[in-house]
Amino acid sequence: MAILVYIENTAGKLKKSAFELASYAKSIGDQVGESITALSIGEVPQNELEKLGQYGVSKILTVNQNETNQFINSAYASIIASAVQQENAKLVILSNSFSGKGLAPRVAAKLTAGLADGAISLPSFEGEKMHIKKSAFSNKAFANLTVVSAIKVISLNPNAFEIKENKTDVEITAFTPSIQATDFNTIVKEIVRASDKVPLAEAEIVVSAGRGLKGPENWGMIEELAAVLGAATACSKPVSDAGWRPHSEHVGQTGIVVSPNLYIAVGISGAIQHLAGVSSSKTIVVINKDPEAPFFKVADYGIVGDAFEIIPQLTQAIKNLKGQ
Amino acid sequence: MRILVCISRVPDTTSKITFNNDQTELNSGDLQYIINPYDEIALTRAIELSQGGSGSVTVIHVGQENSDPIIRKALSYGADEAIRIDAPARDAWFVANQIASYVQNNPFDVILTGRESIDYNGAQLAALLGELLQIPSVSIAKKIEINDNQAQIDREIEGGKEALTVSLPVVIGTAEGVAEPIIPNIRGIMGARSKPLHVVAPIEVSELGSITNYESPQPRGTVQIVEQVDQLVALLHTQAKVI
Repeated sequence: MAILVYIENTAGKLKKSAFELASYAKSIGDQVGESITALSIGEVPQNELEKLGQYGVSKILTVNQNETNQFINSAYASIIASAVQQENAKLVILSNSFSGKGLAPRVAAKLTAGLADGAISLPSFEGEKMHIKKSAFSNKAFANLTVVSAIKVISLNPNAFEIKENKTDVEITAFTPSIQATDFNTIVKEIVRASDKVPLAEAEIVVSAGRGLKGPENWGMIEELAAVLGAATACSKPVSDAGWRPHSEHVGQTGIVVSPNLYIAVGISGAIQHLAGVSSSKTIVVINKDPEAPFFKVADYGIVGDAFEIIPQLTQAIKNLKGQ
Repeated sequence: MRILVCISRVPDTTSKITFNNDQTELNSGDLQYIINPYDEIALTRAIELSQGGSGSVTVIHVGQENSDPIIRKALSYGADEAIRIDAPARDAWFVANQIASYVQNNPFDVILTGRESIDYNGAQLAALLGELLQIPSVSIAKKIEINDNQAQIDREIEGGKEALTVSLPVVIGTAEGVAEPIIPNIRGIMGARSKPLHVVAPIEVSELGSITNYESPQPRGTVQIVEQVDQLVALLHTQAKVI
């Protein structure tokens, strides 16, 4: 059962998810006695690709043609399917990132493969069947899936699997896929990316604030706290609905679902829709002046008090800790 | 311009999600069902796009008779007609094949879906339809404009956005920001009763996988309330080891 992993890069730099996927695939490979082949599309320097060898990848297929340098899901799906065919892969693993969500179902449909979307566990195998756990109801529950198709596709949630070193000799080979002109009916005109910001879905630490902050002008202290922690900023639904913060920061059942190591909630009461989006965070800190706020019930640590006093103190205390 | 909007039926966002004793089925008895919130955004944008032109909006849903209330609701927003493919929505693969089969015989210029349903969070439908119909798809759109047989779409990416030009026909999964959901008025609600709702027989679709059972999240331990910021930082550093 050969395993193929599609790894993403941002402007030639491998994403954190690439190493999560490599580690995850290696764990599966060890379980079933298979080596790991990774597929990289676009211009990524050789020394960057070689890093994947640290995490158990033994072969890397690279596609580096002008027309494939920008992500177009239909073209990338054709490239992945073409690599699956060449490698005779039976398991394809992708990241459940924003791009992955537009790509994995196309890959699965091309291969008539069952897709375990948003997987959060290692799979287990029973003959031709694969069992795997995925998040459901925006993390209010989990579903155990059984995939029965000959080829299987997994899209792994960000932050669901820890990066594990596993040094392997790695061989890099250029790969020429079969792509069709109709795969390019999409043109990428412009990419706008705030390069100084930590992407929310991948962030290990998230600092999130709600209506308790009273207005968008008070977000400076949240951004400062996030900056000292190397964290992404987020917000509750009422805050993005009011236009205080962009929709892309809205965490919750109808927004982004996150699973960071640390989630700090400031002035958010903890409505069930918001809690769904953060419940798989490893550690939750709640700062709220209302001791009855429902968020405290799911928190690991809490401070009852005024955010306007506590946040600057917290930023200073973390600066002191990091300065040591 | 013919626009198709795919809607799904999901438990209301305030729902507590529980399962039967052997954790194989959702306890649906006490749940309130709604149109998936992201599909409402798609529907609103479809109605906006069809206004001022010769556009039409068709709503399609895979489900049984108990879905009719949410389909009528979609019609009350301003959709012109509705199609219900009469089968339980087994999974995204099943639903995508049903809708693709309908669209193959009834072409549309623009197909909108929500970015994901809030029950199984698959975010699969837009891309599955794109592949099954061999047309472009954009899965998480923040902005949609249609002109001159092209769609201008902003797609969400980590930490930013990508501006795309896509030829029609196209499938688009809509996220927040594409439109503000509207509230149907009395005229819309009255009118919805007389709009056509066609019930269509499903096609056979092979099964690629299924849900065996469910798990509820482990309850978290009791919260530790601390008085001082320094104490919190110490605990996060030495006990939780997250900073």
